Amino acid sequence: MKWEYSPAPESSAIADINDRYMPFIDGAFKEGSGEDRDTINPGTGEKLSTISTVNAGDIDRAVKAARRAYENVWSTMPGAERGKYLFRIARAIAERSRELAVVETLDNGKPIKETRDFDVPAVAQHFFYHAGWADKLQHLGLGSAPQPLGVAGQVIPWNFPLLMAAWKIAPALAAGNTVVIKPAETTPLSILVLAEIIADADLPPGVVNIITGAGDVGSMLVNHPGIDKVAFTGSTAVGRRIQRELAGTGRKITLELGGKGANIIFEDAAQDQAVEGIINGIFFNQGQVCCAGARLLVQESIADEFIERLKQRVETLRVGDPMDKNTDVGAINSKAQLDRITALINAGIAEGAELWSSSCLLPKNGYYLSPSIFTSATPSMRIAREEIFGPVLTTMTFRTPDEAVTKANNSPYGLSAGVWTEKGSRAMGMAASLRAGVIWDNTFNRFDPAASFGGYKESGFGREGGPSGLAAYLDTDDEAVVR
Amino acid sequence: MTTREVSPQSADPLPSHLSDATADEASLRRFLFGLPGVDPVGIEQRAAGLATRSIKRGSKLAALDLAISMVDLTTLEGADTPGKVCNLARKAMLPDPDNPETPHTAAICVYPDMVPTAVVELRGTGVKVASVASAFPSGRSSLDVKLADTKIAVDAGADEIDMVIDRGAFLAGRYGTVFSQIVAIKQACGDARLKVILETGELATYDNVRRASWLALLAGADFIKTSTGKISPAATLPVVHVMLQAVKDWKAQTGVQRAVKPAGGIRTAKDAIRYLVAVREVAGPEWLDSYYFRFGASSVLNDLIMQRRAQLDGHYSGADYVTVD
Repeated sequence: MKWEYSPAPESSAIADINDRYMPFIDGAFKEGSGEDRDTINPGTGEKLSTISTVNAGDIDRAVKAARRAYENVWSTMPGAERGKYLFRIARAIAERSRELAVVETLDNGKPIKETRDFDVPAVAQHFFYHAGWADKLQHLGLGSAPQPLGVAGQVIPWNFPLLMAAWKIAPALAAGNTVVIKPAETTPLSILVLAEIIADADLPPGVVNIITGAGDVGSMLVNHPGIDKVAFTGSTAVGRRIQRELAGTGRKITLELGGKGANIIFEDAAQDQAVEGIINGIFFNQGQVCCAGARLLVQESIADEFIERLKQRVETLRVGDPMDKNTDVGAINSKAQLDRITALINAGIAEGAELWSSSCLLPKNGYYLSPSIFTSATPSMRIAREEIFGPVLTTMTFRTPDEAVTKANNSPYGLSAGVWTEKGSRAMGMAASLRAGVIWDNTFNRFDPAASFGGYKESGFGREGGPSGLAAYLDTDDEAVVR
Repeated sequence: MTTREVSPQSADPLPSHLSDATADEASLRRFLFGLPGVDPVGIEQRAAGLATRSIKRGSKLAALDLAISMVDLTTLEGADTPGKVCNLARKAMLPDPDNPETPHTAAICVYPDMVPTAVVELRGTGVKVASVASAFPSGRSSLDVKLADTKIAVDAGADEIDMVIDRGAFLAGRYGTVFSQIVAIKQACGDARLKVILETGELATYDNVRRASWLALLAGADFIKTSTGKISPAATLPVVHVMLQAVKDWKAQTGVQRAVKPAGGIRTAKDAIRYLVAVREVAGPEWLDSYYFRFGASSVLNDLIMQRRAQLDGHYSGADYVTVD
């Protein structure tokens, strides 16, 4: 019988999007002195709202406000009191979760299913987790009274706008720092709704400042002399530039950059679940995930049958309107990103890899791509080496565990990897040999605020989440530990 | 014992890797242990994810009608009487007298001694008569008793037989025993379709569910069915995922499409629709037919009817407007 699902759109009215949004500096929303920018709904390609952006003077005001708040209030406040503010913010996020999910989907293009069931709950969890640490810093193993660093300048990407805000703000505040944070220019809305929550929580003015704008604003922020700590999540090219610019300043940096994660399927894997894990690894958030399982390494003895199963399953993915509750794969975040992905796909075809794409129909308006798989790729191809940051999987085969390790590690990146085998000893052995910050065993793209996340090599340095994530916001020099 | 003595009757011969699997006990064991494992975390995550599908408006009404048409309306009590079975048969034929266009259920499911009553009531209605057999629900008897039990139901006119596997033998690793009993009962069924109850709540692991599913399919089961309804847990979404994947793989390897029946624990229309989503997305749309998918249940029917009426009338009526039979 033919039984199709009727459209099940979430109501965009829940988001209550304003015509205009302003930066949040020193506890107030004020017009910035930069040029206005539009933010686009990638699901439709239409304008969503106008954003007032900042200039150098606004950045200076934000950093000074953060400094005042750091010195006068936040660094001297007892940890238990800081924790109360964080708990209050966490509860308010949970209370406004439906609104936040809709805002995020409208501004980012990811399916409402993901913002509702993953992004927003994870955001609340991050605040709850770090709220609990605020009065327990002496138990981190960093000395009896670890000290905060001061003012943190933070720049976050567009792929998980609200979650990355939580990853940056929650540990910084729990450790006693104040922050000036800049969202990506294509996704500023959800963090400005978070700013409302922060204001409603009566957080002292200047503890969190949110400045808006494009890459030039981010560059001015991280280079501002009033910043004590820089945390950046984004592309390896920008990360490299930040590190060069900050060399010699003594400023503490953490960089969370690109990746080209290997997802390794052994012949004894639980195959149906491995198929699910691959799909979750590369089509979650349309593949715009730094830790995506972008390189499928499948043991040659099962490769043909396995890739056939994978294709069959990809055919069932529902691609389209991000606001439909039954959509599995939504829109690419921007026209520019869609063009970048398309260019890399064309490079793969030109290099002789075979491209297979789901036969799903795509909406006429908005930025969409069919989930795609490059079969018969070789390690020398660009699609096997460069981060595509889109719903495109590159598949290669291997014969032995050693070959799998060699191929998986043969990348300038080292952020994530997945290992699929029913043999526990092999999983442990692989985990010890893979040079990646996160290794998932029989699963992929699972996150927990208590688990540290970060990369090797060109994927960056420093960790976020868990005790090591907090250490990145504390003075861990020897004399500080003694003090 | 070799299992070859009682090999399943089949119009199309199985591909050699499957027919070789049943050559003897050792081959059967090797085959079942060679099936890919099932990762419990992964399958539960997928089942929970699919359960969030939002089925509204036209698709909901279609799903409710489809679900009603797939119900095996069941009474399996020591207290069953001809009166009870007659009421149930009437309910199956005309689930909602106020809306006579409501589809009839697929079947009613009763004990063998109640089959004659059901057959008389349902003759010519299109509602099938299914009977449990083979020392239901425990399956703890000799093959002779199980065959005699089956014969009673078949001779009385049952269209479908719901047998239980010998879980003791399965858990002890005597797969040949389980196999040959299914084959023998399949032969005793004649033209009746055979549903093989795995009692997944007693098999406990998803790996066992996958092995038992393949064992039953190899032995000629027309349906693989989760549960007797007498053991908790009965049907669960992840277990049915494993079974739907098995019939899908079976079709890919043999070209023959077999059926699945979850039973027990399905109480609300919402539960039923979640199963239909799993059928559509795990096995495929070609299983969305009462010939290939059934619900073994009783109370779910009235919730399906209430939800159907709400869809048509635009408001809920209440339990007193739906017949209790």
